[in-house]
Amino acid sequence: MKMNIAPRGLPALLTLAMAALFTLDVSLALAQTENSAVPKTHKWDYIALAKVPEKARAKRNPLENDTDAAAAGGKLFEQHCAECHGIKAEGGKKGANLRAEQVQQATPGALFWILTNGVVRHGMPVWSKLPEPERWQIVMFLKTFTASAVPKSCPVPE
Amino acid sequence: MAGHRFCPQYALLRAAIARITAFPSACSLSGQDLKRHRMVSCARVSFLGLFVLLCSFLFCPRTFAQESPYIVTYDHYLEEPGSLEMEYFSTFGTQRGGNDFHAFWVEFEYGATAWWTTEFYLDGQTTFHDSTLFTGYRWENRFRPLQDEHFINPVIYIEYEQISEADKIIKEVEGHDVESDHGDPNAALRQNHNHELEFKLLLSKTFKGWNVAVNPLATKNLSPNNPWEFGYAVGASRPLALKASPRRCNFCRENVIAGVEMYGGLGDTQSFGLHDTSHYLAPVVAWNLPSGWTLRLSPGFGLNDNSHRLLLRWGVSREFSGFGEMVSRLFGGSR
Repeated sequence: MKMNIAPRGLPALLTLAMAALFTLDVSLALAQTENSAVPKTHKWDYIALAKVPEKARAKRNPLENDTDAAAAGGKLFEQHCAECHGIKAEGGKKGANLRAEQVQQATPGALFWILTNGVVRHGMPVWSKLPEPERWQIVMFLKTFTASAVPKSCPVPE
Repeated sequence: MAGHRFCPQYALLRAAIARITAFPSACSLSGQDLKRHRMVSCARVSFLGLFVLLCSFLFCPRTFAQESPYIVTYDHYLEEPGSLEMEYFSTFGTQRGGNDFHAFWVEFEYGATAWWTTEFYLDGQTTFHDSTLFTGYRWENRFRPLQDEHFINPVIYIEYEQISEADKIIKEVEGHDVESDHGDPNAALRQNHNHELEFKLLLSKTFKGWNVAVNPLATKNLSPNNPWEFGYAVGASRPLALKASPRRCNFCRENVIAGVEMYGGLGDTQSFGLHDTSHYLAPVVAWNLPSGWTLRLSPGFGLNDNSHRLLLRWGVSREFSGFGEMVSRLFGGSR
């Protein structure tokens, strides 16, 4: 049932682990070398919006009368979304510009559906791990761009 | 290369890497010298690596992690693409008929794509009044076959592990694993190594803030004439608050996720069932800090006489975003 293995495998393994650790370390050290937030729009960025089921599209935001929702959504956006979509939702190398007309004209229900289901094949993970109210808070925050201005209460860094 | 423009240390760093990793030709050194040279180079690499790791912890970007509290069970959420999560876990275990132990592992979890996460583990343990050992490594992959969220979300889990019998992290319980397997001295246990392939089907659903996950597993020792072994893990968890507060805070209830998990063995193909198996019930709690750190705690209790009476686990992890992009840039890519 068991296999005896001579300990000669260990130095090779350690070397491999060290190499992995080293690659990791160097990469992390270079994290600040370049600002990669160069907006880039791919044709598939907004196609997912067209695929939202009608029932989901018609869903209303239960927090639309919650005055704190957009501010809380701004905080959540900064924590979970800004890495790909840019700190001001202007888009990045990996994520679409969320200030774009296509997004701003989408219904809250459609944005909620995209958040919940992701666009997995194109790199956007599912975010159903955030509780439903938090996802609606993010939708509220995204909808603040419709008026081309972010309310002062939203904690978006300069 | 783009990195030069932004980081003056970049060229120096690359030169240092080249110098450190440059080996003389194998023909120019005798076997003993070559071995010694490799050891020295390896030591240099590790020291430089540790130094850079310490520095990078101060400067590299991190993301707020919404990590589940489970330690054994998996839900269907994968690592965000391009993000690296580094984790350290400890398990203190009581041992009847032997010495108590402290087992630990380090985990590097990388989101290769939105549908594939890969992880590398290094395991070790200290048995009190005995010794401390490196016990092996594991390479784990999780694949998400379906794009959208469904009523139940499946993820396929495949792991290769090469661990010695002294491994005590008890990351999963399978077959007829029982407490007495860990009672022998390390000197005896470390002699036997296992090469195993492990398959899990991770089924998970999140509804109204509750996550419920069920993980049946099957393991095959790759040496001949070993049966398939089976086991399970199930878990349920929920954040303490479902709505985020508008202010940035460490102690908000939304940052804490609590739950419970249960895991155990189900025998093997020759004797399937619950006899001679061990089972555990463990409350779990995770605290996700806005600084990017996650702390986890889980006291696990053995449910029958074959189980360790207590497995007290805790862990700390941190997520670094954009890791893939950093590596790509390091090697000249422009991803």
